[in-house]
Amino acid sequence: MLSAEEWGIVALSLKVGGIAVLATLPLAFALAWLLARRSFPGRVLLDGLVHLPLVLPPVVTGWLLLIAFGPFGPAGRWLESWFGVSLMFRWTGAALAAAIMALPLMVRAMRLSIEGIDRRLEGAARTLGAGRWHCFWTISLPLALPGVLAALVLGFARSIGEFGATITFVSNIPGETRTLPLAIYSALQVPGAEAMVTRLALLSVALSLGALVLSEWLVRRTHGGRRLRGD
Amino acid sequence: MAIDIDVEKRLGDRLIAARFSAGPGLTALFGPSGVGKTSILNMVAGLLRPDRGHIRIGARALFGDGIDLPPEARRIGYVFQDGRLFPHRRVRANLVYGHDLTDPAKRWMSLDEAVDFLGIGDLLGRWPASLSGGEAQRVAIGRALLRGPDCLLMDEPLSSLDAARRGDIMAVIERIRDELKLPILYVSHDRAEVDRLATSVIALDT
Repeated sequence: MLSAEEWGIVALSLKVGGIAVLATLPLAFALAWLLARRSFPGRVLLDGLVHLPLVLPPVVTGWLLLIAFGPFGPAGRWLESWFGVSLMFRWTGAALAAAIMALPLMVRAMRLSIEGIDRRLEGAARTLGAGRWHCFWTISLPLALPGVLAALVLGFARSIGEFGATITFVSNIPGETRTLPLAIYSALQVPGAEAMVTRLALLSVALSLGALVLSEWLVRRTHGGRRLRGD
Repeated sequence: MAIDIDVEKRLGDRLIAARFSAGPGLTALFGPSGVGKTSILNMVAGLLRPDRGHIRIGARALFGDGIDLPPEARRIGYVFQDGRLFPHRRVRANLVYGHDLTDPAKRWMSLDEAVDFLGIGDLLGRWPASLSGGEAQRVAIGRALLRGPDCLLMDEPLSSLDAARRGDIMAVIERIRDELKLPILYVSHDRAEVDRLATSVIALDT
Protein backbone atom coordinates (compact mmCIF):
# COMPACT_ATOMS: atom_id res chain seq x y z
CA MET A 1 0.00 0.00 0.00
CA LEU A 2 1.49 3.34 1.04
CA SER A 3 5.08 3.90 2.12
CA ALA A 4 6.00 5.68 5.37
CA GLU A 5 6.79 8.81 3.38
CA GLU A 6 3.39 8.70 1.71
CA TRP A 7 1.61 8.20 5.02
CA GLY A 8 3.47 11.25 6.29
CA ILE A 9 2.19 13.24 3.33
CA VAL A 10 -1.40 12.12 3.99
CA ALA A 11 -1.11 12.91 7.69
CA LEU A 12 0.28 16.38 6.95
CA SER A 13 -2.51 17.04 4.45
CA LEU A 14 -5.18 16.02 6.96
CA LYS A 15 -3.57 18.17 9.65
CA VAL A 16 -3.31 21.23 7.39
CA GLY A 17 -6.88 20.80 6.08
CA GLY A 18 -8.37 20.08 9.50
CA ILE A 19 -6.74 23.04 11.24
CA ALA A 20 -7.61 25.30 8.30
CA VAL A 21 -11.37 24.62 8.38
CA LEU A 22 -11.72 24.50 12.16
CA ALA A 23 -9.93 27.82 12.57
CA THR A 24 -11.95 29.38 9.75
CA LEU A 25 -15.32 28.08 10.93
CA PRO A 26 -16.26 30.91 13.37
CA LEU A 27 -15.17 33.63 10.93
CA ALA A 28 -16.94 31.95 8.01
CA PHE A 29 -20.14 31.60 10.02
CA ALA A 30 -20.03 35.23 11.12
CA LEU A 31 -19.51 36.35 7.51
CA ALA A 32 -22.31 34.08 6.28
CA TRP A 33 -24.67 35.45 8.94
CA LEU A 34 -23.73 39.03 8.13
CA LEU A 35 -24.25 38.54 4.40
CA ALA A 36 -27.50 36.60 4.85
CA ARG A 37 -29.16 38.77 7.47
CA ARG A 38 -27.77 42.29 7.60
CA SER A 39 -27.72 45.10 5.14
CA PHE A 40 -24.93 47.60 5.69
CA PRO A 41 -22.81 49.89 3.55
CA GLY A 42 -20.04 47.93 1.90
CA ARG A 43 -22.00 44.68 1.88
CA VAL A 44 -21.42 44.14 -1.83
CA LEU A 45 -17.71 44.86 -1.38
CA LEU A 46 -17.45 42.39 1.52
CA ASP A 47 -19.27 39.77 -0.52
CA GLY A 48 -16.80 40.36 -3.36
CA LEU A 49 -13.77 40.13 -1.05
CA VAL A 50 -14.98 36.85 0.44
CA HIS A 51 -15.46 35.38 -3.02
CA LEU A 52 -12.23 36.75 -4.46
CA PRO A 53 -10.09 33.63 -3.77
CA LEU A 54 -12.60 31.63 -5.80
CA VAL A 55 -11.87 33.54 -9.00
CA LEU A 56 -8.38 34.95 -8.45
CA PRO A 57 -5.48 32.89 -9.85
CA PRO A 58 -4.27 30.96 -6.76
CA VAL A 59 -0.72 32.08 -7.44
CA VAL A 60 -1.87 35.68 -6.94
CA THR A 61 -3.49 34.77 -3.62
CA GLY A 62 -0.22 33.10 -2.60
CA TRP A 63 1.78 36.14 -3.65
CA LEU A 64 -0.52 38.47 -1.67
CA LEU A 65 -0.05 36.23 1.39
CA LEU A 66 3.70 36.38 0.84
CA ILE A 67 3.58 40.18 0.81
CA ALA A 68 1.35 40.37 3.89
CA PHE A 69 2.96 37.64 5.99
CA GLY A 70 6.54 37.80 4.75
CA PRO A 71 9.28 39.09 7.10
CA PHE A 72 8.66 42.66 5.88
CA GLY A 73 4.90 42.44 5.46
CA PRO A 74 2.62 44.18 7.94
CA ALA A 75 0.97 40.99 9.25
CA GLY A 76 4.29 39.10 9.23
CA ARG A 77 6.08 41.77 11.26
CA TRP A 78 3.20 41.97 13.72
CA LEU A 79 3.15 38.19 14.29
CA GLU A 80 6.95 38.15 14.62
CA SER A 81 7.17 40.95 17.17
CA TRP A 82 4.16 39.96 19.29
CA PHE A 83 4.29 36.18 19.21
CA GLY A 84 7.69 35.43 17.73
CA VAL A 85 5.88 33.38 15.09
CA SER A 86 6.49 33.24 11.38
CA LEU A 87 4.20 31.44 8.95
CA MET A 88 6.76 31.48 6.16
CA PHE A 89 7.76 27.98 4.98
CA ARG A 90 5.80 26.43 7.86
CA TRP A 91 2.83 24.07 7.80
CA THR A 92 0.83 26.79 9.61
CA GLY A 93 1.34 28.97 6.53
CA ALA A 94 0.01 26.12 4.38
CA ALA A 95 -3.03 25.99 6.68
CA LEU A 96 -3.54 29.75 6.28
CA ALA A 97 -3.38 29.49 2.48
CA ALA A 98 -5.81 26.56 2.55
CA ALA A 99 -8.15 28.47 4.88
CA ILE A 100 -8.28 31.50 2.58
CA MET A 101 -9.02 29.31 -0.41
CA ALA A 102 -11.72 27.37 1.47
CA LEU A 103 -13.41 30.45 2.93
CA PRO A 104 -15.66 31.33 -0.05
CA LEU A 105 -17.02 27.79 -0.31
CA MET A 106 -17.70 27.61 3.42
CA VAL A 107 -19.40 31.01 3.51
CA ARG A 108 -21.59 30.09 0.52
CA ALA A 109 -22.77 26.80 2.03
CA MET A 110 -23.55 28.36 5.41
CA ARG A 111 -25.19 31.40 3.91
CA LEU A 112 -27.62 29.22 1.96
CA SER A 113 -28.62 27.33 5.07
CA ILE A 114 -29.02 30.53 7.10
CA GLU A 115 -31.20 32.01 4.36
CA GLY A 116 -33.25 28.82 4.47
CA ILE A 117 -34.24 29.27 8.13
CA ASP A 118 -37.93 30.13 8.53
CA ARG A 119 -37.62 33.43 10.36
CA ARG A 120 -41.17 33.16 11.64
CA LEU A 121 -39.92 30.36 13.89
CA GLU A 122 -37.54 32.84 15.45
CA GLY A 123 -40.46 35.22 15.99
CA ALA A 124 -42.41 32.43 17.69
CA ALA A 125 -39.44 31.73 19.97
CA ARG A 126 -39.23 35.40 20.93
CA THR A 127 -42.91 35.52 21.95
CA LEU A 128 -42.21 32.48 24.13
CA GLY A 129 -39.63 34.42 26.11
CA ALA A 130 -36.38 33.79 24.25
CA GLY A 131 -34.00 36.74 23.96
CA ARG A 132 -31.97 37.20 20.80
CA TRP A 133 -29.05 35.00 21.92
CA HIS A 134 -31.19 32.25 23.37
CA CYS A 135 -33.18 32.24 20.16
CA PHE A 136 -29.94 31.99 18.17
CA TRP A 137 -28.55 29.05 20.14
CA THR A 138 -31.79 27.08 20.41
CA ILE A 139 -33.53 27.83 17.10
CA SER A 140 -31.39 29.49 14.42
CA LEU A 141 -28.14 27.57 14.90
CA PRO A 142 -29.70 24.09 15.15
CA LEU A 143 -31.76 24.80 12.03
CA ALA A 144 -28.64 25.96 10.17
CA LEU A 145 -26.52 23.06 11.45
CA PRO A 146 -26.70 20.76 8.40
CA GLY A 147 -25.38 23.63 6.27
CA VAL A 148 -22.59 24.33 8.76
CA LEU A 149 -21.49 20.69 8.72
CA ALA A 150 -21.67 20.60 4.94
CA ALA A 151 -19.51 23.72 4.84
CA LEU A 152 -16.95 22.04 7.09
CA VAL A 153 -16.71 18.97 4.85
CA LEU A 154 -16.62 21.01 1.66
CA GLY A 155 -14.00 23.40 3.08
CA PHE A 156 -11.92 20.45 4.24
CA ALA A 157 -11.99 18.87 0.78
CA ARG A 158 -10.98 22.19 -0.79
CA SER A 159 -8.19 22.61 1.77
CA ILE A 160 -6.49 19.28 1.17
CA GLY A 161 -6.57 19.98 -2.57
CA GLU A 162 -4.94 23.41 -2.27
CA PHE A 163 -1.92 23.84 -4.55
CA GLY A 164 -1.18 27.21 -6.15
CA ALA A 165 -1.43 29.55 -3.19
CA THR A 166 0.37 27.06 -0.95
CA ILE A 167 3.40 26.49 -3.17
CA THR A 168 3.72 30.22 -3.79
CA PHE A 169 3.42 31.19 -0.14
CA VAL A 170 5.21 28.43 1.78
CA SER A 171 7.06 26.58 -0.98
CA ASN A 172 7.29 22.78 -1.25
CA ILE A 173 9.22 21.46 1.75
CA PRO A 174 9.07 17.72 2.47
CA GLY A 175 7.57 17.02 5.89
CA GLU A 176 6.60 20.66 6.46
CA THR A 177 4.53 22.04 3.59
CA ARG A 178 4.46 19.18 1.08
CA THR A 179 0.77 18.23 1.11
CA LEU A 180 -0.89 15.73 -1.25
CA PRO A 181 -1.11 17.89 -4.39
CA LEU A 182 2.41 19.25 -3.88
CA ALA A 183 3.74 15.73 -3.42
CA ILE A 184 2.02 14.61 -6.61
CA TYR A 185 3.55 17.56 -8.43
CA SER A 186 7.02 16.72 -7.07
CA ALA A 187 6.70 13.05 -7.93
CA LEU A 188 5.75 13.99 -11.47
CA GLN A 189 9.17 15.68 -11.82
CA VAL A 190 11.01 12.50 -10.85
CA PRO A 191 11.45 9.73 -13.43
CA GLY A 192 10.15 6.37 -12.22
CA ALA A 193 7.75 7.69 -9.56
CA GLU A 194 4.64 6.97 -11.62
CA ALA A 195 3.40 4.37 -9.15
CA MET A 196 3.56 6.91 -6.32
CA VAL A 197 1.75 9.48 -8.44
CA THR A 198 -1.00 6.97 -9.17
CA ARG A 199 -1.43 6.01 -5.51
CA LEU A 200 -1.54 9.62 -4.29
CA ALA A 201 -3.85 10.70 -7.10
CA LEU A 202 -6.29 7.86 -6.38
CA LEU A 203 -6.19 8.83 -2.72
CA SER A 204 -7.00 12.43 -3.67
CA VAL A 205 -9.95 11.34 -5.77
CA ALA A 206 -11.27 9.13 -2.97
CA LEU A 207 -10.95 11.86 -0.32
CA SER A 208 -12.59 14.51 -2.50
CA LEU A 209 -15.40 12.28 -3.68
CA GLY A 210 -16.07 11.10 -0.12
CA ALA A 211 -16.25 14.68 1.09
CA LEU A 212 -18.64 15.72 -1.69
CA VAL A 213 -20.96 12.78 -1.05
CA LEU A 214 -20.90 13.43 2.70
CA SER A 215 -21.64 17.13 2.30
CA GLU A 216 -24.49 16.46 -0.14
CA TRP A 217 -25.96 13.95 2.30
CA LEU A 218 -25.73 16.46 5.14
CA VAL A 219 -27.49 19.15 3.10
CA ARG A 220 -30.30 16.81 2.08
CA ARG A 221 -30.67 15.49 5.58
CA THR A 222 -31.73 18.84 7.10
CA HIS A 223 -34.65 17.68 9.19
CA GLY A 224 -36.03 14.95 7.00
CA GLY A 225 -34.16 12.26 8.90
CA ARG A 226 -35.61 13.30 12.22
CA ARG A 227 -39.10 13.34 10.82
CA LEU A 228 -38.79 9.74 9.75
CA ARG A 229 -37.48 8.66 13.11
CA GLY A 230 -40.45 10.40 14.74
CA ASP A 231 -43.04 8.38 12.85
CA MET B 1 -57.89 42.80 32.56
CA ALA B 2 -58.39 45.08 29.58
CA ILE B 3 -56.14 45.24 26.55
CA ASP B 4 -55.84 48.83 25.35
CA ILE B 5 -54.72 49.30 21.81
CA ASP B 6 -54.21 52.46 19.81
CA VAL B 7 -51.73 51.94 17.00
CA GLU B 8 -50.85 53.20 13.57
CA LYS B 9 -48.49 51.59 11.12
CA ARG B 10 -47.68 52.29 7.51
CA LEU B 11 -46.70 49.19 5.53
CA GLY B 12 -45.87 50.13 1.96
CA ASP B 13 -48.84 52.16 0.75
CA ARG B 14 -51.23 50.63 3.29
CA LEU B 15 -52.08 52.40 6.52
CA ILE B 16 -53.06 50.10 9.35
CA ALA B 17 -54.78 51.93 12.16
CA ALA B 18 -56.74 50.53 15.08
CA ARG B 19 -58.03 51.87 18.35
CA PHE B 20 -60.02 49.69 20.68
CA SER B 21 -60.15 48.22 24.12
CA ALA B 22 -60.66 44.50 24.60
CA GLY B 23 -62.22 43.35 27.85
CA PRO B 24 -62.43 39.89 29.37
CA GLY B 25 -63.47 36.94 27.24
CA LEU B 26 -62.75 36.51 23.58
CA THR B 27 -62.55 39.64 21.46
CA ALA B 28 -62.76 38.89 17.77
CA LEU B 29 -61.05 41.13 15.24
CA PHE B 30 -63.29 40.50 12.29
CA GLY B 31 -62.86 41.69 8.74
CA PRO B 32 -61.86 40.73 5.21
CA SER B 33 -58.30 39.63 4.51
CA GLY B 34 -55.90 42.47 3.85
CA VAL B 35 -57.12 44.94 6.46
CA GLY B 36 -54.11 44.23 8.67
CA LYS B 37 -55.61 42.01 11.35
CA THR B 38 -52.46 39.92 11.64
CA SER B 39 -50.33 43.07 11.69
CA ILE B 40 -52.29 44.27 14.72
CA LEU B 41 -51.59 41.01 16.55
CA ASN B 42 -47.91 41.24 15.56
CA MET B 43 -47.75 44.75 17.02
CA VAL B 44 -49.26 43.52 20.29
CA ALA B 45 -46.78 40.61 20.37
CA GLY B 46 -43.84 42.93 19.67
CA LEU B 47 -42.96 41.37 16.32
CA LEU B 48 -43.92 44.53 14.42
CA ARG B 49 -43.16 48.03 15.62
CA PRO B 50 -46.04 50.56 15.39
CA ASP B 51 -45.20 54.00 14.00
CA ARG B 52 -47.05 55.59 16.88
CA GLY B 53 -49.60 54.85 19.56
CA HIS B 54 -49.71 52.72 22.66
CA ILE B 55 -50.43 49.15 23.75
CA ARG B 56 -51.29 48.31 27.36
CA ILE B 57 -52.45 45.22 29.18
CA GLY B 58 -54.18 46.28 32.40
CA ALA B 59 -51.70 48.67 34.00
CA ARG B 60 -48.72 47.19 32.15
CA ALA B 61 -47.47 49.27 29.22
CA LEU B 62 -46.02 47.23 26.37
CA PHE B 63 -45.54 50.07 23.93
CA GLY B 64 -45.80 53.85 23.89
CA ASP B 65 -44.43 56.83 25.82
CA GLY B 66 -40.87 55.72 25.15
CA ILE B 67 -41.56 52.12 26.15
CA ASP B 68 -41.09 49.34 23.62
CA LEU B 69 -40.80 45.98 25.33
CA PRO B 70 -39.11 43.27 23.26
CA PRO B 71 -41.36 40.28 22.47
CA GLU B 72 -39.68 38.10 25.09
CA ALA B 73 -40.64 40.54 27.86
CA ARG B 74 -44.33 40.92 26.93
CA ARG B 75 -45.61 37.59 28.25
CA ILE B 76 -48.25 37.22 25.59
CA GLY B 77 -49.17 33.83 24.18
CA TYR B 78 -49.34 33.75 20.40
CA VAL B 79 -51.02 30.94 18.47
CA PHE B 80 -50.14 31.30 14.81
CA GLN B 81 -52.22 30.34 11.82
CA ASP B 82 -49.78 27.59 10.83
CA GLY B 83 -48.85 26.34 14.31
CA ARG B 84 -45.22 27.24 13.79
CA LEU B 85 -43.87 24.41 15.94
CA PHE B 86 -40.08 24.06 16.08
CA PRO B 87 -39.32 21.25 13.62
CA HIS B 88 -36.11 20.16 15.36
CA ARG B 89 -37.72 19.62 18.77
CA ARG B 90 -40.11 16.90 19.80
CA VAL B 91 -43.58 17.86 21.05
CA ARG B 92 -42.51 17.82 24.70
CA ALA B 93 -39.54 20.10 23.98
CA ASN B 94 -41.83 22.43 22.03
CA LEU B 95 -44.28 22.59 24.93
CA VAL B 96 -41.70 23.43 27.59
CA TYR B 97 -39.72 25.90 25.44
CA GLY B 98 -41.48 28.96 26.86
CA HIS B 99 -42.28 27.31 30.19
CA ASP B 100 -38.58 26.90 30.96
CA LEU B 101 -37.96 30.56 30.15
CA THR B 102 -40.72 31.77 32.48
CA ASP B 103 -40.17 32.85 36.07
CA PRO B 104 -41.73 30.01 38.15
CA ALA B 105 -43.76 32.61 40.09
CA LYS B 106 -45.42 33.75 36.85
CA ARG B 107 -46.38 30.29 35.63
CA TRP B 108 -49.99 29.33 36.16
CA MET B 109 -50.07 25.96 34.45
CA SER B 110 -47.80 22.92 34.70
CA LEU B 111 -46.85 20.67 31.80
CA ASP B 112 -49.10 17.89 33.16
CA GLU B 113 -52.06 20.27 33.48
CA ALA B 114 -51.59 21.54 29.94
CA VAL B 115 -51.25 18.01 28.57
CA ASP B 116 -54.49 16.96 30.36
CA PHE B 117 -56.32 20.11 29.36
CA LEU B 118 -55.53 19.59 25.69
CA GLY B 119 -55.54 15.78 25.62
CA ILE B 120 -52.10 15.53 24.00
CA GLY B 121 -50.51 12.95 26.29
CA ASP B 122 -49.89 10.54 23.39
CA LEU B 123 -48.04 13.11 21.34
CA LEU B 124 -45.20 14.08 23.68
CA GLY B 125 -42.53 11.93 22.01
CA ARG B 126 -43.50 12.77 18.43
CA TRP B 127 -41.81 15.13 15.97
CA PRO B 128 -43.95 18.07 14.79
CA ALA B 129 -43.78 16.98 11.15
CA SER B 130 -45.60 13.77 12.03
CA LEU B 131 -48.60 15.56 13.59
CA SER B 132 -51.94 16.20 11.89
CA GLY B 133 -53.13 19.80 11.58
CA GLY B 134 -55.44 19.49 14.59
CA GLU B 135 -52.76 17.85 16.75
CA ALA B 136 -50.20 20.48 15.81
CA GLN B 137 -52.61 23.29 16.69
CA ARG B 138 -53.30 21.73 20.12
CA VAL B 139 -49.57 21.56 20.80
CA ALA B 140 -49.17 25.17 19.64
CA ILE B 141 -51.94 26.25 22.03
CA GLY B 142 -50.30 24.29 24.86
CA ARG B 143 -46.92 25.87 24.13
CA ALA B 144 -48.48 29.35 24.33
CA LEU B 145 -50.40 28.59 27.57
CA LEU B 146 -47.30 27.16 29.25
CA ARG B 147 -45.59 30.52 28.83
CA GLY B 148 -47.96 31.74 31.58
CA PRO B 149 -49.24 34.64 29.45
CA ASP B 150 -51.47 37.53 30.52
CA CYS B 151 -53.49 37.17 27.33
CA LEU B 152 -53.62 35.03 24.23
CA LEU B 153 -53.38 36.10 20.61
CA MET B 154 -54.88 33.75 18.05
CA ASP B 155 -54.42 34.33 14.34
CA GLU B 156 -57.02 32.29 12.41
CA PRO B 157 -56.07 29.13 14.32
CA LEU B 158 -58.74 27.07 12.52
CA SER B 159 -58.03 28.05 8.93
CA SER B 160 -55.77 25.08 8.15
CA LEU B 161 -58.14 22.47 9.64
CA ASP B 162 -60.96 20.37 8.24
CA ALA B 163 -64.52 20.77 9.56
CA ALA B 164 -64.33 18.00 12.18
CA ARG B 165 -61.08 19.29 13.67
CA ARG B 166 -62.44 22.83 13.70
CA GLY B 167 -65.17 21.76 16.11
CA ASP B 168 -62.58 20.14 18.42
CA ILE B 169 -60.33 23.17 18.53
CA MET B 170 -63.27 25.56 18.95
CA ALA B 171 -64.28 23.57 22.04
CA VAL B 172 -60.73 23.96 23.38
CA ILE B 173 -60.83 27.70 22.75
CA GLU B 174 -64.18 27.99 24.58
CA ARG B 175 -62.67 26.24 27.58
CA ILE B 176 -59.69 28.60 27.58
CA ARG B 177 -62.15 31.49 27.52
CA ASP B 178 -64.50 30.11 30.20
CA GLU B 179 -62.42 27.87 32.48
CA LEU B 180 -59.01 29.55 32.34
CA LYS B 181 -60.61 33.03 32.00
CA LEU B 182 -57.76 34.13 29.78
CA PRO B 183 -58.48 37.22 27.65
CA ILE B 184 -58.15 36.28 23.99
CA LEU B 185 -57.62 38.49 20.97
CA TYR B 186 -58.84 36.44 18.05
CA VAL B 187 -58.42 37.20 14.37
CA SER B 188 -60.84 35.70 11.87
CA HIS B 189 -62.66 36.35 8.62
CA ASP B 190 -65.21 33.58 9.24
CA ARG B 191 -68.63 34.77 10.43
CA ALA B 192 -69.69 31.41 11.92
CA GLU B 193 -66.50 31.10 14.00
CA VAL B 194 -66.90 34.59 15.35
CA ASP B 195 -70.60 34.07 16.17
CA ARG B 196 -69.81 30.97 18.16
CA LEU B 197 -66.67 32.12 20.00
CA ALA B 198 -66.69 35.87 20.44
CA THR B 199 -67.65 37.70 23.61
CA SER B 200 -67.33 40.94 21.68
CA VAL B 201 -66.56 41.74 18.08
CA ILE B 202 -64.48 44.51 16.60
CA ALA B 203 -65.22 44.92 12.93
CA LEU B 204 -62.33 46.18 10.83
CA ASP B 205 -62.68 47.43 7.31
CA THR B 206 -60.47 49.18 4.83
